[in-house]
Amino acid sequence: MSAVIESHHDDHHHGPAKGFSRWLYTTNHKDIGSLYLWFSFIMLFVGGAMAMVIRAELFEPGSQIVSPEFYNQMVTNHGLIMVFGVIMPAFVGLANWMIPMQIGAPDMALPRLNNLSFWILPAAFGVLLSTFLMEGGAPNFGWTFYAPLSTEYAPPTVTFFIFSVHIMGASSIMGSINIITTILNMRAPGMTLMKMPLFVWSWLITAYLLIAVMPVLAGAVTMMLMDIHFGTSFFNAAGGGDPVLFQHVFWFFGHPEVYIMILPAFGIISHIIETFSRKPIFGYSSMVYAIASIALLSFVVWAHHMFTVGMPIAGELFFMYSTMLIAIPTGVKVFNWLSTMFRGSLTFETPMLFAIAFVALFTIGGLSGLMLAIAPADFQYHDTYFVVAHFHYVLVPGALFSIVAAVYYWLPKWTGYMYDEVLGKTHFWLSFISVNLTFFPMHFVGLAGMPRRIPDYAMQFADYNMIVSVGAFLFGLSQLLFLFNVLKCVYYGKSATAEVWEGAKGKGLEWTVDSPAPYHTFETSPDLTKPQTNS
Amino acid sequence: MSSESSYYVPASSRLPIFMALSLLLFVYGAGYTINDLGKEDSYSHWILISSFLMMWGTMFFWFSEVIKENDSGMYSDQLNTSFVHGMSWFIFSEVMFFFAFFLALGYVRIFAVPWLGGEGEKGITNILWPGFEASWPLMETPDNERFPGAHHNMSIPHISKIHTWLPFWNTLCLVTSSGTIALAEAALKKDNRKAFKLWMVVTLTLGYIFVVLQSVEYYEAYAHMGLTLGAGIYGTTFFLMTGFHGFHVCLGAIILTIMTIRGFRGAFSEHDHFGLAAGSWYWHFVDVVWILLVLVVYVF
Repeated sequence: MSAVIESHHDDHHHGPAKGFSRWLYTTNHKDIGSLYLWFSFIMLFVGGAMAMVIRAELFEPGSQIVSPEFYNQMVTNHGLIMVFGVIMPAFVGLANWMIPMQIGAPDMALPRLNNLSFWILPAAFGVLLSTFLMEGGAPNFGWTFYAPLSTEYAPPTVTFFIFSVHIMGASSIMGSINIITTILNMRAPGMTLMKMPLFVWSWLITAYLLIAVMPVLAGAVTMMLMDIHFGTSFFNAAGGGDPVLFQHVFWFFGHPEVYIMILPAFGIISHIIETFSRKPIFGYSSMVYAIASIALLSFVVWAHHMFTVGMPIAGELFFMYSTMLIAIPTGVKVFNWLSTMFRGSLTFETPMLFAIAFVALFTIGGLSGLMLAIAPADFQYHDTYFVVAHFHYVLVPGALFSIVAAVYYWLPKWTGYMYDEVLGKTHFWLSFISVNLTFFPMHFVGLAGMPRRIPDYAMQFADYNMIVSVGAFLFGLSQLLFLFNVLKCVYYGKSATAEVWEGAKGKGLEWTVDSPAPYHTFETSPDLTKPQTNS
Repeated sequence: MSSESSYYVPASSRLPIFMALSLLLFVYGAGYTINDLGKEDSYSHWILISSFLMMWGTMFFWFSEVIKENDSGMYSDQLNTSFVHGMSWFIFSEVMFFFAFFLALGYVRIFAVPWLGGEGEKGITNILWPGFEASWPLMETPDNERFPGAHHNMSIPHISKIHTWLPFWNTLCLVTSSGTIALAEAALKKDNRKAFKLWMVVTLTLGYIFVVLQSVEYYEAYAHMGLTLGAGIYGTTFFLMTGFHGFHVCLGAIILTIMTIRGFRGAFSEHDHFGLAAGSWYWHFVDVVWILLVLVVYVF
């Protein structure tokens, strides 16, 4: 047995391998976390460039820059990349970095699977992006790929789209199996479930949602593949199927999916607010129960995306009420964050600024969601820019801001260096102003009837659209500042202390290890059953 | 050894990147092969075939490595628990994959087809194909030119003719095999290797009989019943649901074949046989799916 233990020690004591192959062969959760985060960062600029094309086209009414066909490809791929290539990988990257450190584990439970989950992601997006060069052009049916647009009327590249979605799904499922196994099996002694940091809790529930719904997405695209190439009639009424069936299957996946993109944010924001309020989080257990209820409710609200499609009235009512129920646990979370800040010793470093902006702006997105949940009103709002405003408010100043906040919050722990606070605050204020400039006027044009996904619009929407485009360009440019700040931190930053933030004392295991965190954090799990000194 | 301090983390590995490459090849291979269906001069299926070879090769080396590491005692109890969690959640993901198809069948039978036939709250849909009548199994599709319905269906016959009905024998095989693999596992736990091997062979035989009978059923469907993938929503759901199930039976049979071979070569011990246990859970899972499938596809 001693030989075994020695070889095991060899594994643990060496640092990262040299050269590029380190990144190809790595099984280290920190390396893989960094890979996920850099991949997501690159895709943010790819998907962002597509958004810039969209906003350039919509800068003025009339056909301006790109053909309607190419515009459709831009809209479709912007959505797919931002959802599957930016927000989700970024959260998985954060999970990889932080979960083992927060629960006191040596690494992720299944390290080789972890590497595989990451490396099939660039493969999937490589395939998706390569469809731009293929005959018939890239997918052009919207990120929701409704049949029959995505079946009978789809370009031939839809086959590659289907298989790349399969690969993205496989990546998410394997990543989630790893995360859920790590959380359930690798916690340090004494870390009971109800003592877990909220980021870990949010990911435990997110991983469960992912494993439950990604296979349903795989089923949906498989049905498409069969309908397109093998003569089946799932989504074809001529054979007894129904195009609406596609929407049911898709949104059964799609609604939990949108919570997959926000639940980890809830965890991150809870940590940041408690740190910079110098108080423990208000209502820890209610936070856990709120996340769990949101996750469970997400399985029974999907058809609120399809109120106008022709559903029995009982269905409309059921999905309307169940959707409104979600406002309750979400409200619990928002008020818990506010109560945490109430009478706290607040300071406003960059992560805290992004976190407060998250609470305010995500709530705006939540409230417009409540408006959309009212079935009779939704008949008016459906497929207008109001919907675009709604989901961009929850995804950009919601999910994306939480990711940016997390990067600023944990970057000193990852790199060992502080980022430039002045640059960080500049980045925040530019992002905050431009994100509102971009998405707030969309509410107005949407309520006035401007349809989404159309490359042209009526004259009366011209002024607002110009403002939106200017805001979008500014937002795009501000993110270059973010990139610059991260690189500056890595190469020229000042050294950070182990605790990094004054308020981080006692706010989790990650602040008890050095900055940068050692390549292998906890070779021996910390014993939390003993009283903590938290030096 | 204490399980916390000795969790085995492999230093680095070339296996995952090879797997990722083979999946990349698979996507291009499968995509071009399917898009080129019917073209004579296409070479794309060679990409697909080579991706499969690469995938299987990588899996072979990956599993060999895991077995080697386990045999040399590098795996703690805690790591084995990770495998248990991993396999259980993987099976849960498979359950949800089938759920999508059960959802589709339910929606079609409860809503879509009756509405097309003019019944129910959205019966107005009947104006698309006036005169179309809803029934299940759907033998005549709304547009019977484009999707010619089947002449016969696979539904359960009168109880006196049950012995002529293949799904009856299929169910018998699969349910029995679920029992025999449990017996094999129990024998292994008692270190009765002779009984273990015997029950493994019985399980495999029953599994292969199922696959053969299912192929016979598909042949009958295509050759004599007009029941094809293009036979409207009945054929669609019939083939996709039984097909994906059959595919999973094949996977399970491959897993169990490998486990049997390993068993004959002396692998596994009373306490350490996770590969076999995982294979047997997978086998129980395909069995449960089959029972649900028989109920909604064949019986009701």
